[in-house]
Amino acid sequence: MVTAMKIRADRDVCIGAGLCLMTAEEVFDQDDDGVVVLLTPTPAPELEEKARRAVRSCPSGALSMEE
Amino acid sequence: MTEIQPLPVYMRRREFDPDPELAVLREEEGVRRVATPFGVDAWLVTRFADVRAVLGDPERFSSGRDWARLFRAAGLEAMGDEELARLRAGNLLAYDAPEHTRLRRLLTPEFTVRRMRRLEPRVEEIVERHLDEMERSGSPADLVSSFALPVPSMVICELLGVPYEDRAGFQHRTSRMLDVSVPVRERVAVQRESRAYMAGLVARIRADPGEELLGTLVREHGDELTDDELIGIGNLLLVAGHETTSNMLSLGTLALLRHPDQAELLREEPERIDAAVEELLRWLGILHAGTARVTTAEVDLAGHTVRPGELVVCALTTANRDPALVPDPDALDITRDAAGHVAFGHGVHHCLGAPLARMEMRVGYPALLRRFPGLRAVDADFRTFHVVYGLTSCEVAW
Repeated sequence: MVTAMKIRADRDVCIGAGLCLMTAEEVFDQDDDGVVVLLTPTPAPELEEKARRAVRSCPSGALSMEE
Repeated sequence: MTEIQPLPVYMRRREFDPDPELAVLREEEGVRRVATPFGVDAWLVTRFADVRAVLGDPERFSSGRDWARLFRAAGLEAMGDEELARLRAGNLLAYDAPEHTRLRRLLTPEFTVRRMRRLEPRVEEIVERHLDEMERSGSPADLVSSFALPVPSMVICELLGVPYEDRAGFQHRTSRMLDVSVPVRERVAVQRESRAYMAGLVARIRADPGEELLGTLVREHGDELTDDELIGIGNLLLVAGHETTSNMLSLGTLALLRHPDQAELLREEPERIDAAVEELLRWLGILHAGTARVTTAEVDLAGHTVRPGELVVCALTTANRDPALVPDPDALDITRDAAGHVAFGHGVHHCLGAPLARMEMRVGYPALLRRFPGLRAVDADFRTFHVVYGLTSCEVAW
């Protein structure tokens, strides 16, 4: 069975650094307040590496993932 | 009298590199008690994982706790509570939640990626204008005074709503304030001057708020912010907005010129710029250390027990050269993935202006390399005693 990556974004923890969106704009966005908006919790396989980098770069710990 | 402290180990450099002693410390005991320019000893944290852990845990590693005590220990014991509070107001780096969260949330909307994209064409214009001027004046030129310093100064002035004509004053004050060879009392005197300058500006903006960041803060949140807070925010953003990016532009350019293969690669494949910016941030680590934290509980740091109330300093540059972050960390390699570096800090105090700084570099380096294909560094003067590492001057020719 193939288990897809599942991303979580905690909007209360987010500090709006925007690194996720700069790294993987297909997966993440920011609202007008700068807070993360998760566009898809299960990115397509070709976006997984970018999404992983975005999670790794997040300075606030708002992003996490399960694989 | 406050004596001038010898340069603490975490600020010592050999050109681009941290003092080799720091790598030994990172590989061996990991943390050590060191002297700091504030006159108080601190625990120096050097490993990537430990730095991330400290900066990512604001409850046990506080930015706001004991602020007054530490400030006084630095030789300012005579300062009254009221004045101390005024010097601190609006300085996001000196607060914990919930005060920090409140201030940061007011500012975050001003630095979104979308905002930065809207600002980018104007930054391109500013960059090109300064390159035109450099070209007109002819080779050689001082890269710092003709490009690296004025570009981010003009950008942050326009963003905040600070008159660009005032730059000589604030640039000078900033460079004194962050120079640890200047006695603490004098640095605090300069900080008072900066606040007096910003107080005048805030009063004018209160009376007639414009469209810029400070005017927007007054219009949208004017009743939630005291004048002292607006002054503190204005000064922090003004200082952080020009001083750091300026030194990244000059030192980063010098690094590329001293590694001609890397400069060539970036010239030929400009699409590598985003990765190049991250690698320059990581490798140069112009902020030797983040602002110090104070432990609020007994904590374990790399196997050492640290009591509550102790000062902790994170050696960002050394952490960025940790093999646990990237392989072969002492090499400058713009093709690598440097994601996760701590050049902008980590955790809730991660640099608010990082998206702006990144954008200025993404525009600045390629434009400079494009304009002067034969650019070479003739001479450079490294700046030793500053909180922000960089160059006082850098003669370039083409």
